[in-house]
Amino acid sequence: MKDTKTETAASFDVNDYLRQDRMPHFLCPGCGHGIALRALLWAVHEQGIPKDRLAVVSGIGCSGRLSAYIDANTFHTTHGRPLTFATGLKLARPDLHVIVITGDGDCLAIGGNHLIHACRRNLDITCVMLNNEIYGMTGGQVSPMTAEGRFTTTTPEGNTEPNFDACALAAAAGASFVGREVTAQVLALKTLLGQAIAHEGFSFVEVLSDCTEIYGRKNDLGASPEMMLAKKSAMRPYAYRNTVDVPFRPNALRTGVLTRTDRPEYGAAWRAMAARIREEE
Amino acid sequence: MTAPSLAAAPAALTGRRNLEGNEACALGAIRAGCRFFAGYPITPSSEVAETMARELPKVGGTFIQMEDEIASMGAVIGASMGGVTAMTATSGPGFSLKQENLGYACGAEIPCVIVNVMRGGPSTGMPTRPAQGDILQARWGTHGDHAVIVLAPASVGEAYSETIRAVELSETLRVPVVVLLDEVIGHLTETVDLGAVAEAPGIARPFATGPREGFLPYAETADLVPPMPRPGDGYRSHCTGLTHGPDGFPTQNPAVAAAALTRTTDKLVLHRARIESWREQATEDADLLIVAIGISARAARQAVKDLRAEGLKVGLFRPVTLWPFPETPLREAVAAAGTRKVLVPEMNQGQLVLEVERVLAGRAEVTGLSRIDGETLTPDEIAGAAREALK
Repeated sequence: MKDTKTETAASFDVNDYLRQDRMPHFLCPGCGHGIALRALLWAVHEQGIPKDRLAVVSGIGCSGRLSAYIDANTFHTTHGRPLTFATGLKLARPDLHVIVITGDGDCLAIGGNHLIHACRRNLDITCVMLNNEIYGMTGGQVSPMTAEGRFTTTTPEGNTEPNFDACALAAAAGASFVGREVTAQVLALKTLLGQAIAHEGFSFVEVLSDCTEIYGRKNDLGASPEMMLAKKSAMRPYAYRNTVDVPFRPNALRTGVLTRTDRPEYGAAWRAMAARIREEE
Repeated sequence: MTAPSLAAAPAALTGRRNLEGNEACALGAIRAGCRFFAGYPITPSSEVAETMARELPKVGGTFIQMEDEIASMGAVIGASMGGVTAMTATSGPGFSLKQENLGYACGAEIPCVIVNVMRGGPSTGMPTRPAQGDILQARWGTHGDHAVIVLAPASVGEAYSETIRAVELSETLRVPVVVLLDEVIGHLTETVDLGAVAEAPGIARPFATGPREGFLPYAETADLVPPMPRPGDGYRSHCTGLTHGPDGFPTQNPAVAAAALTRTTDKLVLHRARIESWREQATEDADLLIVAIGISARAARQAVKDLRAEGLKVGLFRPVTLWPFPETPLREAVAAAGTRKVLVPEMNQGQLVLEVERVLAGRAEVTGLSRIDGETLTPDEIAGAAREALK
């Protein structure tokens, strides 16, 4: 049998998709965002998307800075608003593949309303949310995804707010593709992102990244490998979804494809309606 | 699929029509090539969105009602980044919400048109009552130094023609343009000859066409308007709200940062002759000059007629381009007539008068006339204030 996995890996060179003149990058040692970026570009490569047709729209924060490193049409927008820019861009230019890179603060706090409505609308955009559970760029403040009890610069005695399940939110709001993966499972992450990009409609992928430098230090979570492995072992992989009768980490979050439904893509529906109006004129 | 072209045939907009100012803005935008509108319902501007929702599909354009004012501004900028001419419309509270993304469009030089139909403020204020309280916000609403153009129509016909001009200036100069109406002009119905502007000006955004290798998206060109890379054309450039150099990437180099900001503001100085527009009525021998915009200028026009009938030498100077303020034309009008007094009637506590005082700097005695109760200034009120000033 042909080893397609190895073959694909060999044909993919992340450097083909990075702006070499922007290196070295500014991410901290141990940051999970680099793994996520590599997996995303690998997925783009496997989907055969030409770089000229790829538009990457990002918001503000550590995740927001990633767009500048990608050799494509890149837009670093305002805090919380990348989905709104992406909505206009995709509607105006349906020929482009539009990927949004956002973070947990960008997407779920300041940009929460936009996420809900992007999910509901089902425009063909892939939203990749890098969840590192903290505002890293601004020095380590509490985010909507910070776990209870965790220490940040704005929760010096421990976080008293609960976090929430962003994937459940996206699914409830109508996202037609929802998935979650950890950075420790880079092949699974690459596959998931590829599925999200290939999906016709709005896709939301939560990547459980890690902020070693700030969040890890403040909460004594160890170095990057420890943080990544801890996250991996806290998850319930997709493969175990059918074992509910014999619960396997029953309270853990699930990874893999969580929701995939087939419903009309917004842009196509709009264009069909507009074409009908023009015919009737 | 190729990128949509700005050269797409405009809608068949001809003949004389009875229109509201808000409708005229929408039709003017379509006439000028606007093919994307994102909005959010707000009184008293909703008719702009409603007209766009009805008309844009007919010309191959896209309309979307977004989840909020911020999102609609973001979507407009996103569409424009894609190379499509885009517009939004709003009123006071929504205009406030749009300011951050408006600043992004200023910084990243993304063409876009924002219609702001002024209502009573602050906050929710008097949604159905007219005001002119956003004169300074339209200029300085977003944070930081920035260049922006603001046009102030005073009739429905002008709402049509000035929105066309707004699109033209925005596209050719890569700068956000605000069309600033007051509620009266927005809801006023007048007859407009849509064909009168059939020879629409050359509305063409400067898209990048040169070599891809070594392309600088914010290069300092002679006209200070860098050709804009269109996604899909092979430039693969970066666009950011962070201060950026000619290469489009963030910089904290003091010289590069200062030069980048200076170019975007110098751009409007260089093209000032094209941007500036104003109207004069009976100014040539005016002892007293009235400076007003929008519906206040309409009332002032009647006041000038009434005062002239009494034998008083009164004229009207009406900035159509509100920002950058036509300062040299105003100084010249005052100097040519030997004008002693200037009266600035406006529906706020005194915003335009500050600019007129700055521009004239003692060349004439400047007095303001305010009305802030949700009613318009009447010709009699303005005439009364003019008589008082001339005593």
